[in-house]
Amino acid sequence: MTEDIAPNARLDYRVIVDLIERGSKVLDLGCGDGELLANLIEYKNCKGTGIEIDEKAIYACIAKGLTVSHGDIDSGLSEYADKRFDYVILNESLQQMLNPQKAILEALRVGKKVVVGIPNFCHIQARLQIFFQGRVPVTKELPYEWYDTPNLRFFSLRDFKTFCKVNGIKICQERAIDTKKDINFLQNLFAHIGIYVLEK
Amino acid sequence: MTEKTLGIIETQYFTLSDELTLKSGMKLGPVTLAYETYGDLNADKSNAILIFHALTGDAHAAGFHKDAKKPGWWNGMIGPGKSFDTDKYFIISSNCLGSCKGSTGPASINPKTDKPYGLSFPVVTIEDMVAAQKKLIDHLGIIKLLSVAGGSMGGLQALKWTIMYPEMVKSVIAVATNHRHTAQQIALHEVCRQAIMSDPDWQGGDYYGKTVPARGMALSRMIGHITYMSEKSMDEKFGRKLIGKEKVGYDFSTDFEVENYLKYRGDSFVQRFDANSYLYLTKALDYFDIAEEGDLNSVFRKTQSHFLVIAFTSDWLYPAYQSKEFVKALKLGGLDVSYVEINTNYGHDAFLVEIDGQSHLIKHFLARMEKES
Repeated sequence: MTEDIAPNARLDYRVIVDLIERGSKVLDLGCGDGELLANLIEYKNCKGTGIEIDEKAIYACIAKGLTVSHGDIDSGLSEYADKRFDYVILNESLQQMLNPQKAILEALRVGKKVVVGIPNFCHIQARLQIFFQGRVPVTKELPYEWYDTPNLRFFSLRDFKTFCKVNGIKICQERAIDTKKDINFLQNLFAHIGIYVLEK
Repeated sequence: MTEKTLGIIETQYFTLSDELTLKSGMKLGPVTLAYETYGDLNADKSNAILIFHALTGDAHAAGFHKDAKKPGWWNGMIGPGKSFDTDKYFIISSNCLGSCKGSTGPASINPKTDKPYGLSFPVVTIEDMVAAQKKLIDHLGIIKLLSVAGGSMGGLQALKWTIMYPEMVKSVIAVATNHRHTAQQIALHEVCRQAIMSDPDWQGGDYYGKTVPARGMALSRMIGHITYMSEKSMDEKFGRKLIGKEKVGYDFSTDFEVENYLKYRGDSFVQRFDANSYLYLTKALDYFDIAEEGDLNSVFRKTQSHFLVIAFTSDWLYPAYQSKEFVKALKLGGLDVSYVEINTNYGHDAFLVEIDGQSHLIKHFLARMEKES
């Protein structure tokens, strides 16, 4: 694992930072408080900008000295020319979108590559809860009750790969992780998060 | 320990050495600009920030004038330790050409006639205001401004600065503004102008030394104030509260607090502003369209400035989606631009009252600009 990131950074951030080439131009869609972007800029010499819908998170980004835009990714990326970025990042944001298909295709239009990080809604813990308790799963990684979840889309690593195939999107690299390590065996069962580098 | 303040501030005046050739082709001179400065210019003159006021504002942005009870209009933002930190930056606040607040405008004496210009004053534009300010900045010996910043009409000037003098502007802070006046904005201004011009006391603009067109001005300002607030902020502030009575009067005296507020605003405007100046400045706004000579995506092609654009959710006079239009053009041009929409009920007035959010954004943005210089 690279040392090109703050030592206490989350594992998914470490993986993404690892996947992105040094000195790249990066757009982070749904950049949150900007921690990932700040790491990419500081440790990998990237030039980066982000889009975020939450006003408080935007303030946190600006406080980190980042360039960010307040806005809704669902409304498109018409302000960016084709292949304007080396990488577009969609980490932990796809599941909260009204139109994830459009978002990925737009990301692939403005970025040469797209890095997608998704939660696995079909992790074994979730499956066991559905099977044995007959309830919509609430896990440590996916802690929301059905009535207060920000998530609109529920899918597995396998679902996502099928989506890519159907839409003619090439998966160049992929990593499956839990909170501590890579998962290389029965990923759709044991990984909490899938991270993919896409091209079209 | 007492909080550090700017102390007593005095307005300064700069008179251009030459006549100014206006966008209309007319010449105007002598031209004087009123301005104030806060903080100190550093040795390499790299810490200067130029601030622009809104339509009826003035150069007095911060601190107190001698014996004054109220501070300048952006006092919450400018001062020691504030977002425009006068311990770090040299802030210049310039009054605009055409104003009646110490700069040359229609109420000024025309040296050729020894009488106020009135309507013989040439029509000025935002470009002319910027051209005059450029002379002031040259006079102060500043080659490059760390930032240009303003809200509303001040934002238009900030945008025009980076287009007209791109090499002089490191960054732009544009608040509650747009890139061209829209039909609705022009329409509202025209109603305001007609209110003044239809007042018999206006007398074709030749009212100096006589009765000022007070009724027209007050009416104009009442309309203006409605556009600066939002439906929600008005309802929160006034609701249906009655003024000085228990029940409505069933007559045409003042019943509601909101009526009283607008009348107060209208009357105080008569005391502090010149009617002709208001006509000229609203016209300057209405003529503003940065894309008039081409498409919006190409007008910023020469600028290398960094941008911070702030809009307010309840601002219906300069709605956020209008800010987004030029933000989009800036991004398509590959420029460094941050855009933030502050959630507020204050309407267009938010740029004067939503100090916390703006302060945070501007403070950190300027800190980054300092590092990059």
